[in-house]
Amino acid sequence: MAVAGSDAEDRVAVASNWRLVWWRFRRHRLAMISAGLLIFMYLIVLAPDFFSVQDPERTDARQAFIPVQMIHFFDDGSLSPWVPTITGKRHPVTLRMEWVADPARKVGVRFFARGYSYRVLGVFETNVHLIAPADPTQRIFLLGSDRLGRDQWSRIMHGTQTSMTVGLVAVALSVILGVVLGGLSGYVGGKTDQVIQRIIELLQSVPTIPIWLALSAALPRDWTPIQVFFAITVILSLVGWTTLGREVRGRFLALREEDFVLAARLAGCSRMRIILRHMVPTFASHIIATSSLAIPVMIINETSLSFLGLGIRPPAISWGVLLQEAQNIQTLALAPWLLTPGLVVIVAVLAFNLVGDGLRDAADPYSN
Amino acid sequence: MTRYIAQRLLILPFLMVIYSFVIFLIIQAPPGDFLTAYVATLASSGSSISADQIAALRHQYGLDQPFLVQYFLWMQNLLHGDFGLSLEYQRPNADLISEQLGLTLALALFSFVLTWAIAVPAGIYSATHPRSLIDHVLTVINYVGVATPNFMLALILMWMAFAYFDINVTGLYSPEFVDAPWSFARVGDLLFHIWLPGLVLGIAGTARLSRIMRANLLDELNKPYVVTARAKGMREWRLVLRYPVRLAFNPLVSTIGWYLPALFSGSLIVATVMNLPNIGPLLLRALINQDMYLAGGILLIYSFLTIVGTLLSDVLLALIDPRIRVES
Amino acid sequence: MNQETPLLQVRDLRVSFQLDEGVVRAVDGTSFDVMPGQVLGIVGESGCGKSVTMKAILQLVDRPGQIDTGEIKFVRADGEMVDLAKLSARGATIREIRGGEIALIPQEPMASFSPVHTVGDQIIEAILLHSHRWEKDGHKITRRAAREITVGLFRDVGISMPEQRVDAYSWQLSGGLRQRAMIAMALSCKPRLLIADEPTTAIDVTTQAQVLALLRDLQVKYNTAIIFITHDLGVIAQMASYVVVMYLGRVMEQGPVDAIFHAPKHPYTRALLRSIPSMYGQTRVALPVISGTLPHPFNRPPGCAFHPRCADVMPACSVGVPRLLPVGDDQLASCFLHHDEAEPV
Repeated sequence: MAVAGSDAEDRVAVASNWRLVWWRFRRHRLAMISAGLLIFMYLIVLAPDFFSVQDPERTDARQAFIPVQMIHFFDDGSLSPWVPTITGKRHPVTLRMEWVADPARKVGVRFFARGYSYRVLGVFETNVHLIAPADPTQRIFLLGSDRLGRDQWSRIMHGTQTSMTVGLVAVALSVILGVVLGGLSGYVGGKTDQVIQRIIELLQSVPTIPIWLALSAALPRDWTPIQVFFAITVILSLVGWTTLGREVRGRFLALREEDFVLAARLAGCSRMRIILRHMVPTFASHIIATSSLAIPVMIINETSLSFLGLGIRPPAISWGVLLQEAQNIQTLALAPWLLTPGLVVIVAVLAFNLVGDGLRDAADPYSN
Repeated sequence: MTRYIAQRLLILPFLMVIYSFVIFLIIQAPPGDFLTAYVATLASSGSSISADQIAALRHQYGLDQPFLVQYFLWMQNLLHGDFGLSLEYQRPNADLISEQLGLTLALALFSFVLTWAIAVPAGIYSATHPRSLIDHVLTVINYVGVATPNFMLALILMWMAFAYFDINVTGLYSPEFVDAPWSFARVGDLLFHIWLPGLVLGIAGTARLSRIMRANLLDELNKPYVVTARAKGMREWRLVLRYPVRLAFNPLVSTIGWYLPALFSGSLIVATVMNLPNIGPLLLRALINQDMYLAGGILLIYSFLTIVGTLLSDVLLALIDPRIRVES
Repeated sequence: MNQETPLLQVRDLRVSFQLDEGVVRAVDGTSFDVMPGQVLGIVGESGCGKSVTMKAILQLVDRPGQIDTGEIKFVRADGEMVDLAKLSARGATIREIRGGEIALIPQEPMASFSPVHTVGDQIIEAILLHSHRWEKDGHKITRRAAREITVGLFRDVGISMPEQRVDAYSWQLSGGLRQRAMIAMALSCKPRLLIADEPTTAIDVTTQAQVLALLRDLQVKYNTAIIFITHDLGVIAQMASYVVVMYLGRVMEQGPVDAIFHAPKHPYTRALLRSIPSMYGQTRVALPVISGTLPHPFNRPPGCAFHPRCADVMPACSVGVPRLLPVGDDQLASCFLHHDEAEPV
């Protein structure tokens, strides 16, 4: 027992910082589950078409507001997934289409089946999908359809690609800005520090959403979705970097006085080497934790902007764009599945927050 | 202390000038000016306007002047309390804004009070009873609260009210009070309706704030002065309220600086979704229709409220924390 | 001396901490007595359980720590004997005893005052909490009177300009003044027992000497019993009349200060004494150190906890835990060199 204990101690003593962070992170069960979920979501980001059932842009006015078709895995006790057929009837008084599921008529569903063809990462072409109707001429709506008869499921997959990427790119930009400017502020000090600090204060006291709205409204109407996408990420990260900048500056200020930095300087290390080899590694894990907590904020902001019609614009699809369809309460009462993108937002943000908290707790392996 | 406040007040106009310039830059940025949008609107409604008339209007609004001149004209008018004329509504912007400003502030302040009234006790309870059932429940609510965008929550609540109870919870008044003059009944009606948007607006802030309070208080509870106070023979709850809570409170006060702006920002979205009489939806319309001076005016008001919020939190912090008070 | 009733009797005290990684037995069967008016020194390396013992006396052990077994018998001012270990940590009795009869001088005077309340405010509060001790003719003490008492206490502990200093914040005072204010607070309710938990570690040597002198004077003046915790043997020699040596939560040896310094019986005490630099020692000779390192709290060695580092280790040492038994006049040691009685398992 005593021997095993000291072995464990030795293992801890020689482990690298990253290994310690990983060991501690592994203990957070919720954070681990969330991390798995996020990895899955980024798989969707890589190939949304693979996870889609049909072309997200395919419209059919006759198939508007089709309710959720529940997937059943077993047919008469044997594994054979199917969804019930939905048949529509026009209500004689309201003239509204009313859809009824008919479990007697089953539409077979296959995994890794062939559907519409698409390109993966713009490289190779395929037509294999995770889920597809056995009969390619049939349309199935796993999460219902919207007012134009587009498949909500497939649109959420494509929205995931946009929204998750916006979050990631905006945070990446914030990190670059924050580390460079915050580092400059903290390491150089003096006038540079003063100027950068004032800029940060100014940006942090800006009423963010109104200014973002105004900035997005200022984007030319004829920009392509890609241009708008990048403009929105830049707008989001314009304020986002300040928190990180502050943190990095604080770390630099504290580290500058540390003995090991002095030792490195006396040993003749260059300034760049001191920063990159000696200072940055001590707080890199904090930066990662802070940025993983910044991504969900970006996602919420993008969703809000797009929801108000001033963010990502159709035909591009993002979670916020999808939620625009749910703006009208009467429509929502008719087709509550239009809120599903919102649930995806909540789950994604929750997962990011849990992972971020787990990382932040794990980032200090020597505390406790 | 007075000197400190005076210093902060002196910076205020300076900041406003910077903000106004940035705002003017932004509202000027869209290609074309608001006359272009106006002409387009007229054209779509069938009427037309001659080139001479456009030129006259352009001159009247100073749109043929260089950027800086336009800015100074705008500033000059602002200093005289003239926010310009709204193109869409054909009314003075100052009137449009002041009609909605009161309720905008009321909603934000209501949310603010609600947030603090819930978050502080919840945070204290969680920190003094860590890992208890209620602590876990509060933690879950907090996580979900932070993860749910304001407008999502508004949508869900409105949808449920409509679909299951057949109530329309949009607006701040019942239909009969919308255009009624102010009376106690109307105030009562307002108080009845402000709850839902207030809660929707405040939920994320409440969640975040109670987490901050919990974390701060947990830190403070481990400080040696708590042991000292215990060793004096104080009652536990009195001790907790008098020492660690007091200290955990200070960082919370400094959050007012960003929380008030966040509330104003957030009220924009919630007000739009819930169709509330608020300057938020007004701004959104103004931005979409390129009603630039209206948008500029509203953005300035937002900035002003933000600066005042920050100022308030700094002064408050100095008032309650002797370490800051004595040094400033 | 032994005929007198001890003010405080600690018997076989055990305190453990339930951590995620395992159980840490911070205090593992500690026993000692404190006589009225006696200055008892407790010495040991950091982590030996001396501070936890003191916290246990005041029922201040924080979660996840808990007192498992043992007795802490204390004679109250009215002559009644209570077992502090059995009292509820939040009950009225322990709150009356805390500050009123047993007071604490904490280790870090800087962090031990709240930074947002004046020091005077915090001392006045202590006086008001035990206001019945100051009652005259049934009248409760007023805040103003409590303030007067505080000013007087400040004068007693040698704080200049006491009227002004009462309204100062702790961070406006120097380290020495802070510790003096702390002592004033501890003395405010005339306690019968004072626990000084390394009161001089956080301050510089000159101030340290002044604070020690002050404590000695006050002890003589009020005849208060003091438990003086330190890792500094020099301080012990100056202050204490009786010494308890602790290692890993157990008492290794205890005895009068002369016996401990001049005739130590336990190898651990001897090793500690050898590691003090002497004025008469040879220069350029490495100071002897105790070999080995303090074991990790989760890996307490079996048998006598000190045996892996002991110079006189015997086979029996790793099997049984030696009992604390008399080895001389008023001197006790737990070591198989002097007896062969082990603790019952």
